[in-house]
Amino acid sequence: MDRSISWKRFFRQWGAFIILGGGVVLGILYFYLQNPIITEAVLASAVRQATPLVLGAMCGLMGERAGIINIGIEGQMLLSAFVGYLVNAWTGNLLVAVFVGVATGAVLGLLLAFMSVTLKVDQIIGGTVINIIAVGLTGYFYQAGLTTKGKLAPIALGKLAELPIIGRALFNNPPITYAAIILVFVLHYVLFYTKWGLRTRAVGEHPRAADTVGVNVYRVRYINVILGGAIAGLAGVFLTLEAVGSFERLMTNGRGFVALAVMIFGKWSPLGSWGAALLFGMTSAIQTQIQFAGVLDIPHQFIGMLPYLLTIVVLAGVVGRSRPPAADGIPYEKE
Amino acid sequence: MNENIPIALEARNITKRFPGVVANDQVDFTLKKGEIHGLLGENGAGKSTLMNVIYGLYTADEGEVLINGEKVEINNPHDAIDHGIGMVHQHFMLVPVFSVTENIILGSEVTRGTTLDLNKARQDISRLSEGYGLKVDPRSIIEEIPVGVQQRVEILKALYRDANILVLDEPTAVLTPQEADDLFRIMRELTEKGVSIVFITHKLREVMDIADRITVMRRGAVVGTTTPQETDKQGLAEMMVGREVILEVEKGPASPGEPVLNVTNLSVNDDRGIRVVYNVSFEVRKGEILGIAGVQGNGQTQIAEALTGLRNAASGEFSINGKKMPSGSPRRLIESGLSHIPEDRHRHGLVMSYAVADNMVLCTYYESPFARGLRRNHQAVLENAKKLIHDFDVRTPGPLVNTGKLSGGNQQKVIVARELSRPVQLLIANQPTRGLDVGSIEYIHNRIIEERDKGAAVLLISAELDEIMSLADRIAVIYQGEIVSIHQTDQITKAELGLLMAGSKL
Repeated sequence: MDRSISWKRFFRQWGAFIILGGGVVLGILYFYLQNPIITEAVLASAVRQATPLVLGAMCGLMGERAGIINIGIEGQMLLSAFVGYLVNAWTGNLLVAVFVGVATGAVLGLLLAFMSVTLKVDQIIGGTVINIIAVGLTGYFYQAGLTTKGKLAPIALGKLAELPIIGRALFNNPPITYAAIILVFVLHYVLFYTKWGLRTRAVGEHPRAADTVGVNVYRVRYINVILGGAIAGLAGVFLTLEAVGSFERLMTNGRGFVALAVMIFGKWSPLGSWGAALLFGMTSAIQTQIQFAGVLDIPHQFIGMLPYLLTIVVLAGVVGRSRPPAADGIPYEKE
Repeated sequence: MNENIPIALEARNITKRFPGVVANDQVDFTLKKGEIHGLLGENGAGKSTLMNVIYGLYTADEGEVLINGEKVEINNPHDAIDHGIGMVHQHFMLVPVFSVTENIILGSEVTRGTTLDLNKARQDISRLSEGYGLKVDPRSIIEEIPVGVQQRVEILKALYRDANILVLDEPTAVLTPQEADDLFRIMRELTEKGVSIVFITHKLREVMDIADRITVMRRGAVVGTTTPQETDKQGLAEMMVGREVILEVEKGPASPGEPVLNVTNLSVNDDRGIRVVYNVSFEVRKGEILGIAGVQGNGQTQIAEALTGLRNAASGEFSINGKKMPSGSPRRLIESGLSHIPEDRHRHGLVMSYAVADNMVLCTYYESPFARGLRRNHQAVLENAKKLIHDFDVRTPGPLVNTGKLSGGNQQKVIVARELSRPVQLLIANQPTRGLDVGSIEYIHNRIIEERDKGAAVLLISAELDEIMSLADRIAVIYQGEIVSIHQTDQITKAELGLLMAGSKL
């Protein structure tokens, strides 16, 4: 992004975010002083719960920044999770399984790009097609009783992992969780500080303007949507190969859609989406803690709603209106 | 002009066909180094098609393009840019949320390693903008700067790519007269530095003022090339239209009667809820035309929408023939004698997917003879259409053709036919001739004068000062949502109006 953005503009866009973040940090400090062990556990859990969401959100924002709405993230995640899991169950190799899962996401990304860029199908329909394909295929080929051979295990980063409060949450994670954190910063850099990012954003805002200066709109859209699909694939294999260790029907459980909310909450930016995903992950973790502790005499279904309620409140109230890319969802027609 | 000046750009024998039309039919065009070459023609004459071929947005079916005497292949804008051709499009090709710098470098980015080098880009842009007298702040965001400055950014965008051939497509359409003068000064400065300019327009006065040579196109073919010294506005108009046209609207003096439209302290908000019209009061009398002059986006649109029932007023009121009108009820207004030629014919004037005949009864379909009870009377609708198509000279293959298939000028005639076929007491015409060719403009102007002479009160809103000056009996100037002043047309000059429109005091 051009450094010329004044502080005023920056604050108008991100002020609510910063204040909210500051409040959360203070809250964490307070609870850490009360009960360090539980607080650290909640934080670590928050980071991992956030992983598929932030990956999904990055898949979404790569597409939307280039003007392609992707509501097929859920399906991309689900099918990738399934394929990664099957490959691992057959070959016993985790790395190959992750790779094939990511490739599956990318192929579904290619399908979405083909439908929405080349065929100019309505993008909501295109995404729905992918979701239905994923549910259908995984349901049909599902075999009960298989488990993965091993799971991606946490790697502690030496002394860093022993830091108070953040050590366990940030520096003692399995590979895909690390990858997600690194990807956030890489994507932020790519989107706002490189040639590719400038072109991507231009294509999402005003494709004809990009076209007239020689940017190939279709190519930019294809590549972004395919790479986005690969990232959604990573979110999928996270579920089977890193978090759970097996596959269940419909195990994505709406995360692909929550990821879209996270993306909007994060104003179509990687860092913002990460913050949003962490907040969501944290409420999920707290919610689990409350259920375990059994301190509140409320039916667990209601406690389970907490993260979703929070999303609605935050989206509607705190963040304010965020503006999607101007050409989002509109097929580009060369004259 | 000297015959020995080298030729910067030459198009030979360009033919471009679209389904059903030949947009360019064996067009020849030469641009000499350092000249301003006016390319004149009505809408749909093929000017933009020709330039889009040269800029690589279209591929020609036949013909070739030569730059500095050498044949070149231009298949996309990238090739054109490589050959030193820059184009400023009629609708700016700028990303509204990007900064000036980001817009200028897009597609030709400077990087250090993989990172965009915005500092260097800004320095380059500042140097360019000082060198050519194009003042811009490279850090400002496009959507926050005025249209005139945005246009400078477009020109800088071309110069940044080392363009020495510049195509300006209808560049003055969005400018105030002062901004247009500023643009002409910039164009002169550019040609002194060796840039050759193609200036596309349909405004006769402008080519006469600024062009060194003028090429006129009509129906996809070049009619001829001339110079301002050899011809005059009348001659150019005839070349454009292919027949004699009357440029000056002939109208007798107005004989105003009682007020028909009375507006008191009207305030209106826009879609975002922001106040854009502040306490506006005026009246329009029977038999007169009140023109509202102003640069687009100063609240005219919202005034028109409020007065035609498309938008609720925030406060204030208006009455027609002394009867107070409710806010937001187009039908009540229409039944009170309002006719409306809307600004955006696609959004508010026509249903593009309806037949011409249906569009012609859009305000009266429920009344006799077009409906009997709940049933429509197709026969009456069809006869009405046939009559109007004949009376208003609408060029359509037939009354049952989809309105979207017609040319812009004929679509506008459908609206005019519908609105003027009812007894008119108040006519609100908002940009009635925007985007139309000389022939259609002439026709619509005459119809508006005719309505005035028959006793209608006319409120004319237009961004074209020439149109306001030639039609209106009185002129109200609007600036930032307020009526600055109201003048008798014969007591104010165009230059004074231009100043008022830009917010200066006289």
